[in-house]
Amino acid sequence: MTDLPQITSTSPISGVKSRVLRHKGMMIGSTIVVLVVLIAILAPLIAPHDPYHQDLLNRLKPPVWDSRGTWEHIFGTDHLGRDYLSRLIYGSRISLLIGIGAALISGIIGTFLGVMAGYFGGRVDMVVTFLITVRLSMPVVLVALAVVAIVGGSLQVVIGVLGLLLWDRFAVVMRSSTLQIRSMDYVTAARAVGCSTTRILMTEVMPNVVNNLIVIATLEIAHAIILEAALSFLGLGVQPPLPSWGLMVSEGKDMMLFEPWLITIPGVALFALVLSVNLLGDGMRDVTAPENRN
Amino acid sequence: MADQVLNVENLSIDIPLSGDILHAVDGISISVNKGETLCIVGESGCGKSLTSLAIMDLLPQKAVRTVDKLELNGSSILNYSDRQMSDVRGSKIGMIFQEPMTSLNPSFTVENQMVETLARHRNIRGKEAKKLAVQMLEKVGITPAKQRLKQYPHQLSGGLRQRVMIAMTLLCEPELIIADEPTTALDVTIQAQILELLTRLQADFNTGLILITHDLGVVAKSADRVAVMYAGQIVEEGSVYEIFDNPSHPYTRGLLSCIPVPGKIKRGEHLGSIPGMVPSLIGEFTECRFAGRWGDTLGKEEENIAHLVPIEGVDYAFLVHGTTDHVVRFCCNSCLKKSKSKISKGVN
Amino acid sequence: MITYALKRSILAILVALTVSMISFSLLYISSDPAIAMAGETASDADIEAIRELYGFDRPIVVQYWEWLKKAASGDLGKSYYFRTDVSHLIAERLPTTMTLGLCAIIFAIGLAVPLGVASAIRPNSIIDRVSLFLSVMGQALPSFWFALILIVLFSVNLRWLPVSGSDTWQHFVMPTIVLGYYAAPAIMRLTRTGMLEVLSTDYIRTARAKGLRPPVVLFKHALRNAIIPVVSLAAVQFGFMLGGSIVVETIFALHGAGFLAWESITRNDLPTVQGLILAFSLFYIILTLIADLINAWLDPRIRIG
Repeated sequence: MTDLPQITSTSPISGVKSRVLRHKGMMIGSTIVVLVVLIAILAPLIAPHDPYHQDLLNRLKPPVWDSRGTWEHIFGTDHLGRDYLSRLIYGSRISLLIGIGAALISGIIGTFLGVMAGYFGGRVDMVVTFLITVRLSMPVVLVALAVVAIVGGSLQVVIGVLGLLLWDRFAVVMRSSTLQIRSMDYVTAARAVGCSTTRILMTEVMPNVVNNLIVIATLEIAHAIILEAALSFLGLGVQPPLPSWGLMVSEGKDMMLFEPWLITIPGVALFALVLSVNLLGDGMRDVTAPENRN
Repeated sequence: MADQVLNVENLSIDIPLSGDILHAVDGISISVNKGETLCIVGESGCGKSLTSLAIMDLLPQKAVRTVDKLELNGSSILNYSDRQMSDVRGSKIGMIFQEPMTSLNPSFTVENQMVETLARHRNIRGKEAKKLAVQMLEKVGITPAKQRLKQYPHQLSGGLRQRVMIAMTLLCEPELIIADEPTTALDVTIQAQILELLTRLQADFNTGLILITHDLGVVAKSADRVAVMYAGQIVEEGSVYEIFDNPSHPYTRGLLSCIPVPGKIKRGEHLGSIPGMVPSLIGEFTECRFAGRWGDTLGKEEENIAHLVPIEGVDYAFLVHGTTDHVVRFCCNSCLKKSKSKISKGVN
Repeated sequence: MITYALKRSILAILVALTVSMISFSLLYISSDPAIAMAGETASDADIEAIRELYGFDRPIVVQYWEWLKKAASGDLGKSYYFRTDVSHLIAERLPTTMTLGLCAIIFAIGLAVPLGVASAIRPNSIIDRVSLFLSVMGQALPSFWFALILIVLFSVNLRWLPVSGSDTWQHFVMPTIVLGYYAAPAIMRLTRTGMLEVLSTDYIRTARAKGLRPPVVLFKHALRNAIIPVVSLAAVQFGFMLGGSIVVETIFALHGAGFLAWESITRNDLPTVQGLILAFSLFYIILTLIADLINAWLDPRIRIG
């Protein structure tokens, strides 16, 4: 027998693995995200001080790199003398909680609507598309602010409001990916052999849209985090004395001309977290669907 | 030769992959004369389309072209700059693509897309350009031409679009037309019409035509000469009669055995097939590209080694005993050896 | 085209009606307007009187219908805080926000489209990397923080631009940058992917095979097709900017509709908030309607269906 030329192939999993390791943005993003998650979980262990403890005698201490700074308060203290580093550490909990909570709620709403629209088409699709259009035409920040103002600002309210407002992208993406999968031969085959709709949705459709779902969820987490910070900054999000990063910027802005670190520290933290969650999301999209890249 | 339109010698196209090289086209040479039709036949992936793009210098950016000679009308266009090449494209060499549905820009009218070629190469604009466009549309059988000019591609059927493509290509009266599977995407009835149109216009304008196809029916109908491509190389070249009546390369024989010919194939008899797969073109070849794909390409009498008489001066070629025109050629020495052993086994 | 325009307009009207319903119920169900209007010192009898006077005791559907009829004729009620007509208030503030939004979207398009095109022409080149960097940054930069940093940098340290107010064009520079940079990444990405996609199409190969010069191929044949989805996105982003204007106008004390929104929300001025939600939504709906019609006109496949 003659030898056929070697057909080289890599298994899909090892392909993804090597793409992950080669994807610089994703490596940086996931490292920072993991770090922030660890900090949030271990906050009571690593925070040097009680984030709510006020010490009016030690107000506005500058951070350690300033000539007036001390190692006692590495990132200094705020206008009420609370340790800035500890507040920053506890603040990561709020950002993550709101990001994940809001993405979870909006993910459930959006996925349900999107998959229904994509799978059943026709009237269902018309209604869902209409709902998406309505949702998109309502200004998120304004509606969120108004609701928070009426109901009162708290962690739960902010999560709920953002969750109810951010489902549009889930619905859009899930709708189009379900639509695509529905037209695949294997779904037609499953229908032809008489599988129930629920079964087809769970075993044929969902596993194939789950990649997209995770990517959108990641990007929406970042979106929710940044919106929460904006709401809290405007005074209509998470309420004091909770250490939200947006609130910290807001509290520091009156003194930003004299003590600029009051806004740079929480701002950089916010920026770094949102950036790395985005990098992680973009990276996952590139890695799981290299053919869709660019 | 004086009336040679195109002469390509030793053309290779390499596509670098991560860590390896794909030798898509490997040292092929072709030439076309005025008024002549050269058909390049081969299965998908053998490098036919890349060859045509290489002649136009329109290869994808990462593909690397190496060629010894690239002559148009006897003068070399090998070292032409991008600018010079763009003067050649559409003016001296025209190209027709496979997909008429997507080869025209959906955002512009037929007129717009036809006239811009004239403006670019012949500096003809306005009324005169429009007049020429109308004339050309009429020549390719589009009526009413004036109304069609105002239409957008999506308003035309596939056959009409391909006619528009042909008209557009002929506007500047190129000396060479490269048609890359021009009929593959069309309905069978339309295919014949388009093909007929193409060969008729080619005769009218006395242009050279390179017709790239995988359809041997198309070849039989329109070719003067045929080049059979396999795995990046031309394995056999000759006049259409030579190729059809007396194919020498086993691949050509294999291809021909796959066509049902009324009268020749008896009811119930199996059509031929070529066993195995096209080898991967990544990396270097250590052995013959056709190894392992011989199948039943040898005829009954040829299987008897005693019937094969070596031909002097031609490698691996044999005359079948008792005939003067029946040539059997092997692609390489190793295939020859393997076949010989197989044949002798059959004899024993 | 006319059928399409008609269908699209009906959809827009339906969306507008739904939004009006939501914004009406959102604020009227969640709190008692009679209490809010009467003020904190009012007695129960006063509240009851107000309730009857304004018809808050009638069924919600009737109230909505009355409100909608008035809203359609431009009467959005009276502001609790400013004591003037809400429609008058919004009309007074809207030009500032429009100016800001227009400047911002022009800034965003001016930044994003050329960069998107350039990076599609030369993928993985330096310009591609720079624009990728800019877009990744833009998506992660909280606009309120970016605004504060700009103030510290350009107003306080360099003293080039005024900190706040809305009197001169200089007042609009920083808000425009903040708001525009927020919208730029999405436009840039879409331009790039659209352009990449179009550049690999058969008709671009045809255009090249015809010997057309690269600028003609790029700007006539490619950009015309790649720009179609960008038009929609730009309209959507322009609509989103009104929402974003709340944050930006608040920080720069730019007296536009966004600032009004913040003022009325913090003062529990429900009719104004309601009017603003309606106004912003309507603006978005009209904007996307126009964008879709422009698209239809740009794309002959829809125009001559």
